[in-house]
This record gives sequence, structure tokens and C-alpha cells, in this order.
Amino acid sequence: MVSPNTPETPGGAAAPSAAPRSIHDVVIRLAGNSQDGIQSIGGFLARLAGRTDQDVMTYMTIPSTISGGPSIFQVRMGTGDILSAGDRADMLVAFYQHSYDAHIGSLRPGGVLLYDSDHVKPVEGDHRFTQVSVPITSGTVEAVGGAGKDKGKNIYILGLIARIFDLDVTKLATLIKERFGGKSEDVVRNAMLAFDAGFAWPQNNLRDLFYRFEAVDGVVSSGRPQITLDGNSAIAYGLLAAGVRHGAGYPITPWSSIMEILRTELPKYGGIFVQCEDEIASISTALGFSYTGQLAITGSSGPGLSLKMEALGWATMAEMPLIVVNVQRGGPSTGMPTNVEQSDLLQAIYGSHGDAPRVVLSPKNVEDCFYTAMEACRIAREYSTPVIILTDQAVSTRIEAFDEPDLPSIMVKPGADLSPRPADFKPYPVNALTRHAPPGSVVGSGKYPTVTGLEHDELGHPTGSSKLHTQMTAKRRDKIKQLAATLPAPELSGDSGGEALLVTWGSNWGPGREAIARVRKVGIKAGHLHLRHINPFPPGLAATFARYHKVIVAEINDEGLYGYGQLAMMLRAAYANPAIESITKTDGLTFKVSEIVSGISKHVESQALDASLGVSRRSPLAVQP
Amino acid sequence: MSTALATPPPAPGAPLTKKILTADHPTWCPGCGDFAVLASFYRVLEKLQYPHEKIVTFAGIGCSSRFPYFVNTHGGHYIHGRALPFAAGISLGNEDLHVFVFGGDGDGFSIGGNHLVHTARKNVNLTYVIMDNSVYGLTKKQTSPTSPIGFKTKTDPTGAIDQPINPMRTLLNTGATFVARSHATQVNHMVEMMTRAAKHQGFSVVEILSECVEFYAGAFDSSIPRKGGTWTLIQEKKNDGTPEDAARHDVTDEVAAFKLAGQAWPGSFGVFYESNARKTKNVLEAELVAKARERTKNATDLQLLQSTFSKMR
Repeated sequence: MVSPNTPETPGGAAAPSAAPRSIHDVVIRLAGNSQDGIQSIGGFLARLAGRTDQDVMTYMTIPSTISGGPSIFQVRMGTGDILSAGDRADMLVAFYQHSYDAHIGSLRPGGVLLYDSDHVKPVEGDHRFTQVSVPITSGTVEAVGGAGKDKGKNIYILGLIARIFDLDVTKLATLIKERFGGKSEDVVRNAMLAFDAGFAWPQNNLRDLFYRFEAVDGVVSSGRPQITLDGNSAIAYGLLAAGVRHGAGYPITPWSSIMEILRTELPKYGGIFVQCEDEIASISTALGFSYTGQLAITGSSGPGLSLKMEALGWATMAEMPLIVVNVQRGGPSTGMPTNVEQSDLLQAIYGSHGDAPRVVLSPKNVEDCFYTAMEACRIAREYSTPVIILTDQAVSTRIEAFDEPDLPSIMVKPGADLSPRPADFKPYPVNALTRHAPPGSVVGSGKYPTVTGLEHDELGHPTGSSKLHTQMTAKRRDKIKQLAATLPAPELSGDSGGEALLVTWGSNWGPGREAIARVRKVGIKAGHLHLRHINPFPPGLAATFARYHKVIVAEINDEGLYGYGQLAMMLRAAYANPAIESITKTDGLTFKVSEIVSGISKHVESQALDASLGVSRRSPLAVQP
Repeated sequence: MSTALATPPPAPGAPLTKKILTADHPTWCPGCGDFAVLASFYRVLEKLQYPHEKIVTFAGIGCSSRFPYFVNTHGGHYIHGRALPFAAGISLGNEDLHVFVFGGDGDGFSIGGNHLVHTARKNVNLTYVIMDNSVYGLTKKQTSPTSPIGFKTKTDPTGAIDQPINPMRTLLNTGATFVARSHATQVNHMVEMMTRAAKHQGFSVVEILSECVEFYAGAFDSSIPRKGGTWTLIQEKKNDGTPEDAARHDVTDEVAAFKLAGQAWPGSFGVFYESNARKTKNVLEAELVAKARERTKNATDLQLLQSTFSKMR
């Protein structure tokens, strides 16, 4: 393949001498500074994957400082389902010396180091890796002029990667034009010049690095086009599809991009998103919207959720529907605001005062962010309850491609029900689900209801009656139990019984799925159960757990005072099953597959599994495998 | 509770009367100033004759915040200090509603102080009535943000030492577009102030001195003539060209309003400031929607989302 507009350059983009070697998947780690645009390389590759048969998983860390500071973007690309961002890198692209120093340890033996020879001096004679010196900076400057020192290196590298992995250059060029099309022609031209320069970098310098992904076999395409977006966007658009037209929020990383999208998008749909003075005002304004009969959304990250807790208690007491998104990050306090953690689970379920049962859902990947948002809205409306969507930093910033949702069949029509209520209308019937009469609706009795945070009777009048408090507390609990009974069985894969059941929630789904595949490969009977419904739990878990010797819960939080992560603790409390064990970690990073496998090996006796842990897998990119 | 259904519903479209608007019997102590505020509010609604179902009364926490239970309209009782952002959601969520928020000095100036500033700054279309008794009554006599220095409470047994808030100055500072002050012993004046506030387009606020007979008796006697006080009404400019008009207060003059707010206690009563120069947030948001709808050529929701997704392919 030839770049569509590459001039013939001597020693340039001539056809590679050797035939490409076939690989299943590759992990590329790009390490630079946050302003180098390395995220956009990932974006291009993810969108490319969306338009071809390859699958892509990305993983990003960004510093919380505005500019400067090291940043990495990891892309795993391959054939078939790619479920995690990969453990160790097969290729490291190092833009600076600090990038090299910090990340060379993540490169697998046999892997490829591509470094900017203008900035990086690698350890000489390091034969563990294939070292390729590329003048990234001067090559870009040569292609696009002086501006290339700061801008365009990412596109140059994209060209080089396209060459090495035999990517579809025509499609990439289209993507580049689409991406920069809104800017001036110069920008598009410079981008293409940088791309072509990277692509045309002399072949003989690449030391025969030339690969092609295995042909896709047995992958059933839905026939639907793929769309490529990050998890926060998927939540925002899921809410739009679910008919949410009102919201309020306050900026906090990594939640902010959801409110930015909604602030921009909602007016097009006739809606409104209010940026409030603080987190408490945000949830209050959102509840005000919901009170007018239009389900509203607020959201935040850990510390902001804490600030919303009193109002969340009111929402439970007043039985007001509401969507609260919490994008988890490292805590407590400001903690590690740009890192991932799953340590808000108990806060989401039990935060706030009093007995305040509510619904908590957690999406497993970007696509699931969209559908979880839709389900959350359905539940909030049907049960007149606050619903928390517990997502995390990793899935919020990750870019994935998935089947475009079939919008005509799923779009929910927005709007408040202001129809007249009958004379016997009660806002808080003891034996039925609450259906509020929003202001603007005529109540037949002429007696208008009060929504309230005080304990109340069926008509909303305050009460000090012990009998009523007992009845109403039970009512608020039982409606969540009523929801639980309707939930589908959670996703279970692998063996339906055996040595071990791995339980995951949130963004651990992918590495969990891969870990169980690896465990089963050495002959252990094991299954993987993933929970989207965190509170209430779906029915049937006790029976499922009973079919395995060990139930091992993997989550990114601390083992706490009693040796169990937050979900493990909940499951042990709910099912009193001593077989429930816990794998936890608090390094601010997503689970590696090997970390989960190694965690499982501590609870499952198997020499084969132990032996498999010791094997250091050589990179498939190794020149002499 | 069960008596609620015993009374026959009013005929549809029947004029709103005090009888229709009366709900639960107030829980206030006998002699509380808030009774007069409630009676005045019934008269305001009788005067304005809004459609019954489109009136909303909302409140936070405190003695005065029990208000919504005593008014038979749609309404609610929210958490301490946060009724304003909730009410902003109501106002922005349904343009057809008439939103009234009631609260006390602790709710408005202390725990809810930040919300007061920002709801006013945004000029959200609603009416806020602060019943100021200069003491925390529901929790039985602690110092409030408007308690004067020297006032003895359970949290300041030797007398309050912190500088109290000057409500009028604070309210003018927030950027509220209608600021008035009244007194619970002056029913006609309260009715006039609340009526004007309700008719105002934007964030209107009326502070009403309302005595707590239980924990701060006599707090506002200095402005009650029959108790030897002085009741000074603000004389508003009539623009009639007479020489005496020059001395009257121009309600659109912010500096003059600040001067009134700086008067020695007990100061003056009436409208300090009123301006229609600023658009309400309700209007500004509607303009955003209109512009966006024009840009997207009134595409349907489905078309909009589909076109967004097609750009992500």
C-alpha cells in the first residue's frame, strides 16, 4: 500500500523488502508530554479500528496540571475482541528522555523501542529490545517547517505506525482530513505532510519491522456502522437518548466533560444544563428540574458526591427521581484526581444519613456507558428514585469503537406528565409506587401535595408517628427490592461451576474476562461473573456462588480493616458465604490481566497456574522470536 | 390529613380565596410574626389570581420554612439553606409556574448565603421572602447571622460578639433585581411589597422583620409606632417634576439604595432597588435554545443524535 499523496522519494515509501509477519495483537505505549497530542494518535487508531475489522482498546493518563507534565497513551490493537489495554507494551514510543526512563520498564522482552533521537539517549547495547532511532522532531520540522517542533510529531508517529503495522492508509488519511477539516487548509496539508513523512521514513532503518494483523476469523459483524467515543461522551449521549433534557453540575475532574457536552448539546434539544455555584446547588437544581416532572441529571467525582449526600437523602425521602453520575478517581479528598479507583462503592450505596436505599449501576466499558445511562433513566422514572451511575476515570477517558446504537428503536420521548390527577391522588401511597404530580398539574381534590424531607403520611403531611415512619421506611426499601426482583441474571462466562468464580464490576470487566481465559487455558475450571447492578444485587447470586469453591472479587480499592474490598464486603454481608475472597489494589491504575491471574493463584491451588505466572512472554514483535 | 378529602373541591376556575389556599394549621408559637406574613401571602394570591395549579411555594429548614405546609398549593420542604437552587430548577424547568420561596435569616444568610448570591446573580425568575427574626428559633435560641452584637443566646451566653449581616446591603450586593424590606406588623405594606415582588421579572427578594415572641421578644419594637418606635417608609420618586420629588428615592439608583441600607437601625421600609435592565436567566437560556434550534434548523431529537453519531463513525 502506498500513501495516497506521498511523492516518490528515494529510499522512501518503496514496498518493504520482506513480507509482513502476522500478529494477533499489539500494545503500543506512547510516552511524551500532555501537550504533544499523543492522545489524538490513540483517537485516530481507535476510529480506524471502528472502520475496519480490527478492535482497539485505549488507556490514558493525563497529569492534572494544565500544560507540561508527562502523559502516556496506551493503545492495544488487534484482531477480534480486545478487552483490556494490555499489561506490558510491545512497542514504546519515547518522545523525551524522561519518557524513556519512566517507561522502558514497561516494555516486554523482544519489544520495540522507537525513540526520538533528537531528545533521547537510550542505554547502549540493551539487547533486550529492538532499538529504533527516529529523528521524530527534526523529521517533523523537515516536513512541515519550524512549527513542527511543537505540533505535528504525533501525526508523524501515526504515519510511522501505519507503515510498521500495515494499516489502511487511505482510511487514515480520510480520518485526518475529517479531524482537521474544520480548520484551515494549511492545517490539513501540514498534517498530511507530517503523516507522509513518518510513513515514508526509510524502510531500511526500520530493521524489517513490518507486521500485519491476522485475518479476522469468525467475528460476526452486526452490519451496523461503528462509532468511536470515550466513556463520558457515551454517558452524555445515553442520557440524551433516554430523554433527559435537564441537568446541573459543577466542574471537577474527571466528571467535567459530561457537563461540557450536555451544556453544549442540550439547548439543541430544547433543554438546559445549569453550571451551579457548587455541588450542593447542582443536585438541588437538578432535583428542582425533576420536581417539575422532567428527570434531571447531576454528577461529580468522589469529593463532589460527598457534598451532594444530604440532598441525596432528601431525594430518597421525598422519592424524587434523579440521575447522579459519579466518575470515580483516587481518593480520599483530592487524592489522585487523574487516576482510577473504585473506592466510592460504599459511598454510593450507603453515603448520606439515615436509611436511604437507592440504586447504583456501573458500566463495564464505553458502549455499556451508553446503555447503563439509558437503564438508569428507566429505573429512576419507574421507581421514582435517585440512581447513581458509578463509572471511573479509566472508562471515562478511554476511547472505544462499538456498534452505533439503533436510535429509532430506543429513543425516549422527553416531557413532563402534567395531566390532571384524580381526587383521590396521594403523593406517597404506602402500598404503591410514588408517582408525583408536578406543579402545573391540576389535582382533582383541590388539595395540592407537598414534597418533603420530613417523614410524612400518604398525602405528604409531616408526621411524628412511629407507625408511619416504620411503614414508610419499609416502603422506600421494598420498592428497591421490587426492582431487584426484575433484574436480569448477571453476565456469566466461562465454566458454570468449578474451582473459582471471578467477580468484577465497572471497568474491570475486560481484564477480568481475559484473566479467566488465561486461567482456563491451564486447565482450571473457572467462571467470570460481572455485575452491572451494584445496588440492589440481581437475584440468584447465592446459588451461582455455591457452584464454585472460591468466589474471588477483583476491585481497585483498599482491602480495608477487615481484609476485603468494598464489593467483596457487600457480598460477604449479603450472602454470608465464607468462600468469598478479595483481590484489591490501590496503585491508581487499571488492573493488568496478570495481576488478576496472580490474585486468583493465591486462592486456587494449581501448579500449572503458578508455573504460568513465571513465564515472561516475549513480545510478538521480537525480531527473532 | 383525612379531613383534606372531606372538604369538597373548589369548582374549576373558581377564584382563589383564603379558604381555598388554607392548608395545615401553622405550627408556629402564638404571637409569632410569621402568622401575619402567611395572612398577607394569602391576600397576595387572592389579588394576583394565578391559576391554582401553577403556584409553587417552596422552603428550606427553619420555623418560617414550614410555610409551604400551610399554603394549599404545589410545594415542598427541602433541606436547610438550599431552597433557592431547588427553586431555580423549578423556575427554569417550567416557565409557566409562579415560584415563591420562604425562609428565615439562618437559612438565607448563613447556611444558604452562597446560594442567595448566585441565584440573585443569575437573576432567576422567582420571588424570595426572608422572614428575619434575628435568632435561630426552631433549635431554641442560638445566635443567627442577623443577631445584633450583645444579644444573649445559648451559643453566646454573654452576648453575641460577631458583626451581624446587614441584610439590605447583602441583598443589593448580590445583584438581586428587586430588593424590598417590610415588617410583619404592617400587613398592607407586606401585601404591597410581595405583590410587586411577584410581578417583577427576575429575582425578587423581600426581607420581612418578623418577631420571634419566644426567643427574641421585642426585637423589632423600634420600628413599631404603637410601641414607641418609628415606621419610616421609603418615598419613591414619582417623576412629577415637583420640587419635593427631587428628595424622593429613585429605585433604579443602586448608590441611593446602598445609602438607604446604611441608615442607622431601624432604617427605612419599602422598595430599595428595582431594575428591569438585566435579562432573567430564564430569558437568556431560552435565547440559547432558540439560537441552537435555528442553527440546527429545528431538527428532531432523533435527527440531532443521529447526525452526532454519524460524525463519530
